[in-house]
Amino acid sequence: MEGLMDGVYRDEASLRFLHPVANRDRNVRKHAFDAIVKTVETWLTGYATPFNSLESISSVNGIGGNIAIGKLQERVPDFLRLLVECPFKDLRDKTKCLLDDLKKKGKSKGLKIPKRLNNVSFFIPENKIISVDTKDEQTQMLFIDAFIQNNRLDHITQVMGYHPHYLDCFLRTQQYLLRGDGPLPYHYRHYIAIMAAGRHQCSYLVNLHTQEFILAGGDPSWLSGLHTIPQKLRDLYEINKILAHRPWLISKDHIAKLTKGKDNWSVSELVHALILLSHFHALSSFVYGCGITPEVDHEGGYTYSGKSSPSNSNSASKHSSPSSSFSESGGDLGIDVLMERMKKLTESDEINDMTSEELLQQFENVENQSAEITASANIPTPRKDVLKFVVEPDFVYQDFAKRGTPCDIPSFRAQEYSWEDHGFSMANRYYSEIGTLLDDKFTCAYNLTYYTLGDKMNVDTTMFRRAVWNYIHCMYGIRHDDYNYAEVNQMLERNLKAYIKTVTCYPERLTKKEYDSVMREFKHSEKVHVNLMLLEARLQGELLYSLRAVMQHMT
Amino acid sequence: MQTVQKIVHDRVTPSNPKTMSIDCGGIVSTIAQNRDGSQVVVGGRTVFKIFNVDDEGFEEKHNLRVGKHVNLNYCAADIAWNHIDDNIIATGATNGAVVIWDLNKLSRCKQEHVFQEHKRTINRVSFHDTEHRCLLSASQDGSMKLFDLRKKEVGLSFSMGNISIRDVQFGPSNLSYFNFAAADENGNLMIWDMRRNERCERQFPAHSGPVFSVNWHPEDRTLFATAGRDKTIKVWDLVKQKCLHTIYSIASVARIKWRPQRRYHIASCSLLVDCSINIWDVRRPYVPFATFDNHKDVTTSIIFKNKDPYVMLSGSKDSLLYQHVFRDAKRPGEELVPAGVDVSVHGLVGHANSNKQGKLNTNLDSGGLMAGLLHKKSTDRHDHFVDVAPYMQVFLDTGQVVPIEELSWMVESAKRYLLTGKSIEELCKHNAQVSLSLNRGQVAQSWFILSTLFCTNQCDIKPQHPNRTTSVSVSRHVDKSENDKNKSNKEVTVDTDDKTVDDGTSGNSDDEIDDKELDSRLSNIARGQINPDWDIFFGDGEPGSFDLRAMNNFTANNKEEWILPSEAFHPRHEILDREALSYTFPHGGTDPHAHLAMENELSTSVVTSPNVDQSSNEVLTTDMRLVQCPDWEYVNIVTDMLKNFASEGDVQTPVCMLIVLQDKIRPYIDVELEEDWFLSYIDLLGRFRLWTIANYVIKLSNLPQISMLNQQSTTIHVNCNTCTRPLHRSSWLCDRCKTITNHCCICHLPVKGLFLWCQGCSHGGHLQHVKDWFSRNAECPTGCGHICEYA
Repeated sequence: MEGLMDGVYRDEASLRFLHPVANRDRNVRKHAFDAIVKTVETWLTGYATPFNSLESISSVNGIGGNIAIGKLQERVPDFLRLLVECPFKDLRDKTKCLLDDLKKKGKSKGLKIPKRLNNVSFFIPENKIISVDTKDEQTQMLFIDAFIQNNRLDHITQVMGYHPHYLDCFLRTQQYLLRGDGPLPYHYRHYIAIMAAGRHQCSYLVNLHTQEFILAGGDPSWLSGLHTIPQKLRDLYEINKILAHRPWLISKDHIAKLTKGKDNWSVSELVHALILLSHFHALSSFVYGCGITPEVDHEGGYTYSGKSSPSNSNSASKHSSPSSSFSESGGDLGIDVLMERMKKLTESDEINDMTSEELLQQFENVENQSAEITASANIPTPRKDVLKFVVEPDFVYQDFAKRGTPCDIPSFRAQEYSWEDHGFSMANRYYSEIGTLLDDKFTCAYNLTYYTLGDKMNVDTTMFRRAVWNYIHCMYGIRHDDYNYAEVNQMLERNLKAYIKTVTCYPERLTKKEYDSVMREFKHSEKVHVNLMLLEARLQGELLYSLRAVMQHMT
Repeated sequence: MQTVQKIVHDRVTPSNPKTMSIDCGGIVSTIAQNRDGSQVVVGGRTVFKIFNVDDEGFEEKHNLRVGKHVNLNYCAADIAWNHIDDNIIATGATNGAVVIWDLNKLSRCKQEHVFQEHKRTINRVSFHDTEHRCLLSASQDGSMKLFDLRKKEVGLSFSMGNISIRDVQFGPSNLSYFNFAAADENGNLMIWDMRRNERCERQFPAHSGPVFSVNWHPEDRTLFATAGRDKTIKVWDLVKQKCLHTIYSIASVARIKWRPQRRYHIASCSLLVDCSINIWDVRRPYVPFATFDNHKDVTTSIIFKNKDPYVMLSGSKDSLLYQHVFRDAKRPGEELVPAGVDVSVHGLVGHANSNKQGKLNTNLDSGGLMAGLLHKKSTDRHDHFVDVAPYMQVFLDTGQVVPIEELSWMVESAKRYLLTGKSIEELCKHNAQVSLSLNRGQVAQSWFILSTLFCTNQCDIKPQHPNRTTSVSVSRHVDKSENDKNKSNKEVTVDTDDKTVDDGTSGNSDDEIDDKELDSRLSNIARGQINPDWDIFFGDGEPGSFDLRAMNNFTANNKEEWILPSEAFHPRHEILDREALSYTFPHGGTDPHAHLAMENELSTSVVTSPNVDQSSNEVLTTDMRLVQCPDWEYVNIVTDMLKNFASEGDVQTPVCMLIVLQDKIRPYIDVELEEDWFLSYIDLLGRFRLWTIANYVIKLSNLPQISMLNQQSTTIHVNCNTCTRPLHRSSWLCDRCKTITNHCCICHLPVKGLFLWCQGCSHGGHLQHVKDWFSRNAECPTGCGHICEYA
């Protein structure tokens, strides 16, 4: 009895079962949890009255004893989630008691108690992850915020807990995008998130937002696939597809097509949708880049069978497959080498002596080299439950350098359409406040540094960070005039480039081996930092292309 | 406006510039002009050319984008033309190079020198006005560098962290020789001294988000403008660091330039979305003074040609270089009809508009009120918007003048309205006069209408003009009742009745009131068993007239109540009245009909002998309805009118009308709504301290919920006048002092009921005694010598 069967989704009442406990007030939490415990007991003993009026009496009484157990069984993984990832200790303790109790009493009724399958991340060991009851006050506050906003402390938040400054910006932006004032209805937003995550078969985000979609009052029939959704949403799919893999193909015609005709999108709705799409494309990269595991209460997050977890072995086997581009023997730049090169580059100004052709050449070199790097050959078979949200799953990233007609699609000049000047104004114009939030997030991600590199202190990592950022933009054909792309080759060795390319363009193909083989001397928090930059740089790249198209459409 | 434009043409340069354009062959990102404005250099990613600006059109003079290695150094992000040496041009490139071009160079490539000091894109280059060897650059890497062109080296470097500097400009040399201003991406404005690079002289936050452009005012050293991503242009007083004006644009502002020879004009172009160039009058922050909308893509750069305020040059992303002339500009401000509407807190609407430019009409829709228009003349002759400020002031003025009058009509009407005591017609006419005298035409008209509608029946009697409804009712009543009385006969009886009552009231004495009360009480008691002979009145086929008569009777009957000068009497009478009322309720029902019936009875019982059965009472009620519904249903219109008054915020009128019309329209209005009106009006009266009138209205309300208001907390607590202890047992004996507190100073007996005393000398006594005394004397009865005023 896996929690999520194909096409059968838990109803809203079931999903809301534990929501009352997400409260800052200790007493409220206590009462809410006591009420839940009571309900659970009545279900267990069979003397159940409906928990709420939505559930008809017939479903609970009579033979309904089993139905009550069924209901309980459906909700048990929620308790497991609460047990492992609730930032409130009082709740964790209570949940533990309840689960123990259920174990004893429920055995005769056929109630199964699940076990947790994975850590927060496939890649990062549990003891290196920021724990839910971290001593760091700021992080703890953010965890509580996230728990109260989302009724869960999701794995993404927990991994981002390494960088509380960034996490703060991220949570604010995501909260605003999904639940703040905006032109799109709430269930649309979550459905768009599902569509976006579907492009990378990111079942983590799909599951998460499937639940949120139901909670937001969405029609469950939409979840049976793209053929059941309104035409308006389906129209968005084309742009979703392009934006996810080849954003440079977006033109004002796409925008014009969406904003005209029957059931058309208003420009503000479209801007909201575009930002949502880009956000979740980029977030998919992060989920894969950090090897984030399914939520505890989602499929694949828990198991009822013994100790060995099938999913783990599955992933293990998946990870064992070698990838073409990752040379076994490393070639990984040591931190010392990296620092050495940064120092050298700072001293000499190579860029000065180069003509524009040379610089362009550099850019194209990096572009072409990037094209040579084949991302991980390991192409996972898409999961069926995710595939129904995907059309043309074989439309994937194609190297910008290999685009068919370079003259038709020139490289994107960051000086001509920059986020700070144009993108910001455009976004804010049609979706107020989002510009500021995104701006804060970009600035935070771009400038985030602790002046450390591995074990070294007081390191100026600007060059490295800029190289990562610009390399990602380079893969999308965005060119910064004032950057010498030769630096990219100095800063990023081939494996790292392959990693970056895989995570950015084909995140679903990343394996643990690849994660481990790059940035070996970096700490996990620094690796997460790099992933954050991938997320933001990719988001910015997609936004630049899409917002430029909107601007061209408007003028 | 006309005169100003004349001035405009007087000052135009000898040549006659015209609007013209040329395609530069690539996106123009920046332009600059030479010293005398005869040449303009255009820069962009793919274009770098110099054009001659002739009268007839632009002519390409040089293409600087030539040479063996056309690299990024040729892609100018910003260009500056030396103000002194006409052959020197400086560009800032997106790759961080600052390049000096010498047009005198013999080779094809005019590149003279490249400074590679900056790491990131150059956002701005600026020459000093007079120190022609000084070049300043601002870069994305957060530093500004002052180059010395003679030594070909960096003189000084200015830096404040690594926050990108977006714009930099030297101050006008005649005003602030050594200063330059810079603005960064965090919205800060900095003023530096070019001789000191350790820190800036002043720094303050100017915008939220990046500042894209700064501009010194060419003539006034204190004025300074900044513009940024937050869509605003701000004008600063640099000395006080105070924002003087803020202009709200519709998009992020890319560039701004003060208009030469104009103190308040500034030109701006947007970063995106908006392709036009706007020239603003800083004092009118929402509508541009003039607009050039020739460009098809966003304008990237603007300059006033050779400091001529009437000619502008601009470059745009649509590859065009334009020369704009002010006489071809669009004037959005002029196309607008300057009109303003405002509503004061008192519901007055003031509006001002101009029929022709410059001429103002001001009206106030406030029942004929006209407020004086204050028309300020600006002293600035170049000011194109002299007439703007006065628009605003019109409203300010009315806002201040009107309220006093506004309050006064309300108070005045409350005081002067007659609500009862006469026939409806008289009351209506009186109230109409009152309204008219207070300049409230509409209300007055309404009163007139009411008087016509509800009182014509009275006049109808004589010309034998019974309307249809009446005749129907006649037939019905003929059927029902055997008694058919002569119309004139009835009229006579009623009239006499009227007179007797009037006579009685004129005496205006306590005793008489008591008598009346006694009478009414008796009649009420009597009515419990016996009803007056209604048939007499209704059989004659003129119910309308009867009703009015009855009403008159009733009102006349109670007239002394309204005329009584002191409210001292009210409570007692009121209570009795209430008793009578409640007594009748079980019998006649609870609605106003029953009440009216009772009142009719009060009047008629005097003259008629009671001998009628229960059924006639029903006849009465049906008849009342018929009376209220003449052949056309004006009652609905009247109710609508009342509701309309109320919805317009005037509860006084509907309440007074309701009272005056008694029960004629009451049944058609929701009781809750009525209560609402009454409560609001009573509340309003309370605010103006018109307690007496409020009480009066309460009494006349005839609504149980309202009448209750003055039945609550009617207890008066009295303290002993010697020991100040509260008197518990009775109001005239203090338990503590064991003394009688109040002696009547005429009969020297304790006053147990109402005590009337002079507030001047605090002597007093029994009401009747004091009254008697003062009808004959003026001084205090105690002989204290005080001339008491008895009113």
